[in-house]
Amino acid sequence: MRVHVDFEKCRSNGLCVLAAPEVFDLDEEGFLHFETNPDASLAGAVRDAAQACPTRAIDIDEP
Amino acid sequence: VSRVLIVGASLGALRTAEALRDQGFGGSITIAGAEPHLPYDRPPLSKAVMTGASSLEGAVLPLRGDLEVDWRLGRSAVRLDVARRVVALADGAELPYDGLVLATGARPRIPSAWAGVGGVHVLRGLDDARALRAALAERPRRIAVLGAGFIGSEITASARGLDLPVALIDGARLPLAGAVGDRVAEYVAAQHRAHGVDLRTESTVAELEHRNGRLVGLRLADGTLIDADLAVVGFGVTPNTEWLESSGLVLEDGIVCDDQLRTHAPTGPLSGVVAVGDVARWPHPLAAGATVRIEHWSNAAASGAIAARTLLHDLDAAPTHPPARDTVPSFWTDLYDVKLLAVGLPALATTSTVLSGSVEDGRGVVGYGRGGRLVGAVAINDARGLAPYRRLLAAGSAWPPEPPPGPNASAMSRPSESPDYAQEQS
Repeated sequence: MRVHVDFEKCRSNGLCVLAAPEVFDLDEEGFLHFETNPDASLAGAVRDAAQACPTRAIDIDEP
Repeated sequence: VSRVLIVGASLGALRTAEALRDQGFGGSITIAGAEPHLPYDRPPLSKAVMTGASSLEGAVLPLRGDLEVDWRLGRSAVRLDVARRVVALADGAELPYDGLVLATGARPRIPSAWAGVGGVHVLRGLDDARALRAALAERPRRIAVLGAGFIGSEITASARGLDLPVALIDGARLPLAGAVGDRVAEYVAAQHRAHGVDLRTESTVAELEHRNGRLVGLRLADGTLIDADLAVVGFGVTPNTEWLESSGLVLEDGIVCDDQLRTHAPTGPLSGVVAVGDVARWPHPLAAGATVRIEHWSNAAASGAIAARTLLHDLDAAPTHPPARDTVPSFWTDLYDVKLLAVGLPALATTSTVLSGSVEDGRGVVGYGRGGRLVGAVAINDARGLAPYRRLLAAGSAWPPEPPPGPNASAMSRPSESPDYAQEQS
């Protein structure tokens, strides 16, 4: 799966980090870092993260 | 083909419709909403929409192409008849259903004598936001925000962002104290003060002063007169359940549900009728089985999938839809440049301790316990540090929690290194 984040929408609220900490991280300055191509075993957590994002900044491409 | 009717047209309603389609429901979906608007998001209303930084339309939620919803907007539901399986609308129409989703949300509480006074606002819906935004664009002389909960605190921070003078007034000793506990609330109070807010806690408003129907100030119970030509009332909300009073559903500060969001008749669970979002009250494992009603965005967003699964189970009357897993509540708030993020139900706590970092320094995690169990955790500017506690909450961790396992453990300071924690242990 491929993960896309729209940084125009991201407000660094961190809900994605709660849902999928293996894939999303916020650094001390509040900048989001994420795995663009996470393992398929994390698909459920990544979908949860996209659903949990209050600004709908996360898009997922699943093959 | 079966028919699902969703009453209410906000986030919980939309997420339920999406989840019904995701879970393969091919019948009809009708959404009836009291407001004339398609579903919109509330969090931006007290932030970018209120200040004018983003448009009102920016809050409207995108609609997926596959939903095929029959919208009935601008008409309130007035009655539910569970025997006949119909909902009556204010215009006399009756909408039949096979499965019903109750998503009527809540409305702001405001003393009735205040409601008609010019310059007095609440902020719940898009129309409230439009009115408040227009009033702020007129540059009021001074704003009084009444109630220092989430909405009051966010409105205060947004108004300070516009460089407008604000008095924030609350009867409690600290802002947000009921939601996040004293330790984090002290930090929030300090942030308000540092940003020039006239924070008046342990203060209650005795009366509004108005002239020619316009607010000119307010008098506190101790006699102090607060100069203000605009007030925003954030006294919390009341669930919209009056229309259900003749239905026989069990109501108790919300619609009482089972842990799968199925409603109750006096005789037991009511198959095929579920509730979502702010209006639903259900037993939560973190509350030791007591019912809770959660007013946060994430709850409305997550409850749709659970309600949809329950509804499809009841409609098919087949065990093809396994019970939903427990969800761990989460909520956040943006105040100035502070990000508060929380998991669990910290409002239930009887004890708390700093788990990592430092509250005063503006980066850390506070844990909350009750009855020997971890019930919540709040992070100040530290989502990474909070993540392990979401999993501990889901797993039913004891109090105080073990140092967190998982991928982020190395990035965190361990609780046993925190002086606060060691003190409580001793």
